[in-house]
Amino acid sequence: MKNSAEKPSSIVVAAFPALGRYVSKGGWLCFLAGFVGALFLGWYVFPKLLYSSQPQPFNFSHKVHLEEADDPEDVESCLNCHAFRDDGTFVGIPRLDKCKECHEDPESPLGDSDDEATFLTNYMAEKKEVPWLSYSRQPDCVYFSHAAHVKMGEIECKTCHGPHGGSEVLPLYRENRISGYPIGIWGERISGLKTNTWDRMKMDDCAECHTEKGHEENNACFVCHK
Amino acid sequence: MKKEHDQGKYKYGMVIDLDKCTGCGTCMVACAAENNVSVRPDESDKQRSISWMQVYKADNGKEFPEAETVYFPRPCMHCEQDGRGGHAPSCVSVCVATATTLDKNTGIVSQIYTRCIGCRYCQAACPYKARYFNWWDAYFPVDKGLERYLSPEVSPRMRGVIEKCSFCHHRLMRARTKAYADGRRKIKENEYITACAEACPAQAITFGDLNNPKHKVAQLIKSKNAFRILERLNTKPKVYYLSSRDWVRKIADNPVDEFSPISG
Ligand code: HEC
Ligand code: HEC
Ligand code: HEC
Ligand code: HEC
Ligand code: HEC
Repeated sequence: MKNSAEKPSSIVVAAFPALGRYVSKGGWLCFLAGFVGALFLGWYVFPKLLYSSQPQPFNFSHKVHLEEADDPEDVESCLNCHAFRDDGTFVGIPRLDKCKECHEDPESPLGDSDDEATFLTNYMAEKKEVPWLSYSRQPDCVYFSHAAHVKMGEIECKTCHGPHGGSEVLPLYRENRISGYPIGIWGERISGLKTNTWDRMKMDDCAECHTEKGHEENNACFVCHK
Repeated sequence: MKKEHDQGKYKYGMVIDLDKCTGCGTCMVACAAENNVSVRPDESDKQRSISWMQVYKADNGKEFPEAETVYFPRPCMHCEQDGRGGHAPSCVSVCVATATTLDKNTGIVSQIYTRCIGCRYCQAACPYKARYFNWWDAYFPVDKGLERYLSPEVSPRMRGVIEKCSFCHHRLMRARTKAYADGRRKIKENEYITACAEACPAQAITFGDLNNPKHKVAQLIKSKNAFRILERLNTKPKVYYLSSRDWVRKIADNPVDEFSPISG
């Protein structure tokens, strides 16, 4: 008795006597291996398989582009490219005519990076828009207004987008194979834990902030949906 | 006087002057174009086709020279109650999926297509037949160029969900965003009107905030000619009609057999 109590298999036998005849020493190991394997599959392999990844057309460094700004942390320096139109809608990722203000001549690059060369020859010279992949694009049925948040709410870009505005290297774009949504919507962590405000941007995350900031009237379906 | 629509901040509503309405159907077309309403290969199948704004025709049943006709444009009424004491319209209280709700802040009844499970209880519960079921996926014939008219402001519907008039709610969001960008909190009276109100050539449709005494709709509903369809159900619809003709006001509260859809 004393001897066998130390073996894990006998704990199972003691707890579930009916299982006793199935659980031998080997069976316990099999269970453990299967259990760990299932956890590994569910928590590591499945999330990896769920998302496909794709590089951006070329690297774009926010850091390089904000070097000349007076205050790279200031919203106004972002709004130079990510502007608001007169009707209050948000431009989003700037288009070629914005880039043209500085990269006007495809023949004479401003620096000597390969990325700039790719940009100039493949897109600027051809007058073709860059097919950027958006990290934060919400599903079709979601309505979002940057004016309400940035102008009225005075919320920093960082609160929702993290440090992207100061980044040097663009991360791989990852997309959910089933829904087609970018990974930023449901977040990296399958556990659902959130340490930063920008870790995910699901319905509950939107509503959480609205409630926190005392804007519960914005938690009606027909505010965020269209 | 006790206010008819008093909960919440705004109560968007509509007044349709039936003495001005000519039944031309522009509102139906403008609405369908604005809201990405799908067409069917066979649009004559009226049991299955979708029209958020529908014009119904009725007459006084008399022979010439007394014969008279009236057209009732019918959007979603955005009711406030179910008429049995509940504080949500009957479509909302029957919804098993919370896919449709009454926003107390605007008075608009929402419909979230991605949440809808297509049970069609709401369609059965709606006394105004304002709700439509998608029997097929949205269809916009590419060779006819229809897909180029799709608006990104309204999400397209999929097979198996209910859709209905939203009082062009995206136009409210558009107006608000413009106001926010200008540093304003309030939107002006004419910044938010529905597509049908904008398109009506006879200017029979007026749209605005029923809670704001300065808005034209709030003044029009006080007219002695103002009435609502099936008012006796007490669902407190926010779409009002105006007519100086007694028989028109009378049939609006009568059983359906006196109406016949314009399409026959
Ligand atoms: C020179 C123009 C320019 C300026 C200035 C600029 N951006 Fe960008 N931004 C871009 C371009 C081009 C992209 C697309 C490539 C990418 O994803 O980074 C982009 C992408 C982004 C994205 C990712 C959007 C998405 O979901 O894919 C965020 C977030 C962003 N910028 C934030 C900022 C912030 C914050 C600032 C100010 C600190 C800023 N940007 C200043 C040009 C600019
Ligand atoms: C305010 C002027 C300005 C604007 C607007 C601008 N750029 Fe640049 N860009 C520069 C400068 C300056 C450099 C630095 C060149 C160097 O020193 O390598 C640069 C470098 C680059 C590079 C190479 C370095 C890197 O980021 O990896 C790329 C690619 C690039 N720009 C793309 C774009 C695109 C795309 C746009 C339009 C959204 C754009 N730029 C708009 C000024 C600008
Ligand atoms: C309250 C959160 C929030 C704040 C603050 C915010 N954004 Fe966004 N941003 C979003 C969401 C959500 C989307 C996705 C919108 C969509 O898909 O309709 C988005 C999308 C974008 C995009 C990509 C648009 C596209 O074409 O897909 C860019 C670029 C961007 N934001 C830049 C910024 C910049 C720059 C700021 C600061 C001035 C900012 N955002 C502030 C939440 C926010
Ligand atoms: C960090 C906080 C925060 C997050 C995250 C956030 N919001 Fe908001 N949102 C606000 C605040 C604050 C306002 C009110 C701004 C005001 O009116 O002053 C607002 C207003 C809005 C409005 C405008 C409503 C109107 O009056 O027209 C919409 C739409 C909206 N949010 C949608 C979203 C969606 C969709 C998301 C998620 C993708 C989101 N918000 C995430 C803080 C947030
Ligand atoms: C504060 C903003 C906000 C409000 C309020 C809100 N939603 Fe959402 N909803 C979102 C965002 C953002 C997404 C996309 C991200 C996600 O899947 O969570 C979403 C996704 C959904 C989806 C899944 C759609 C899909 O294709 O993935 C459904 C269904 C939905 N919402 C229904 C509702 C209903 C019903 C209500 C009202 C009771 C509501 N939502 C209120 C922001 C909101």
